[in-house]
Amino acid sequence: MQDDQTDLIFKALAHPERRRILTSLRQRPGQSLFEICAASMSETGHGLSRQTISQHLDALERAGLLEILWKGRTKTHAARLAPLQAVTAITKKICDEEGA
Amino acid sequence: MRIWITSIFVDDQAKALEFYTQKLGFVLKTDVPAGEARWLTLVSKEQPAGTELLLEPDGHPAVKPFKRGLVADGIPATSFQVDDLDAEYDRLASCGVTFTIDPMDAGPVRIAVFDDTCGNLIQLIEMKKAA
Repeated sequence: MQDDQTDLIFKALAHPERRRILTSLRQRPGQSLFEICAASMSETGHGLSRQTISQHLDALERAGLLEILWKGRTKTHAARLAPLQAVTAITKKICDEEGA
Repeated sequence: MRIWITSIFVDDQAKALEFYTQKLGFVLKTDVPAGEARWLTLVSKEQPAGTELLLEPDGHPAVKPFKRGLVADGIPATSFQVDDLDAEYDRLASCGVTFTIDPMDAGPVRIAVFDDTCGNLIQLIEMKKAA
């Protein structure tokens, strides 16, 4: 994996709301922007603006962590976890060397 | 000053009238010709003197991109309140209404979203009682 791609993934993960969105999409794939906003309201007790959520989704998409699926005329999102396994390998390597 | 009407842009007034009365159960209040279209309003059975819903033609060129944009992001064009969301969901689903979001909790409310077949998503909302 390219370094800049790795950077984008770590940046994408470096925010609690983006981690929450990713977990939520893992549990329930195929959510629209509206649904992600509603779920955010429900899970955190405080809503975020659609624009803020939209920016979080852009960051996740740039990092390759989202899969876009159109359901009829509605754009929905699912978590794409393969790139995470690549960065897991990086953190594991660091841990292994520390332990060596 | 009072709010007496709210409107929803529909792609076909006759189709919308059928859906909003036959499926949703609203009642026709006003139907008068207005040029090539109709001034077509409905009320809730539960509030016959309440705020009217205008089924407004979506022919203006600005409207279709606006409706498409909302549907793309899954955003409802408007919201109707019910006392028992799950019962209403069962009733509508059994008469063929397509839901894009099944009943879910969203903070102090419970919501569901369906397709009105006229180019809009519509939210149903139930205010949860304080525990």
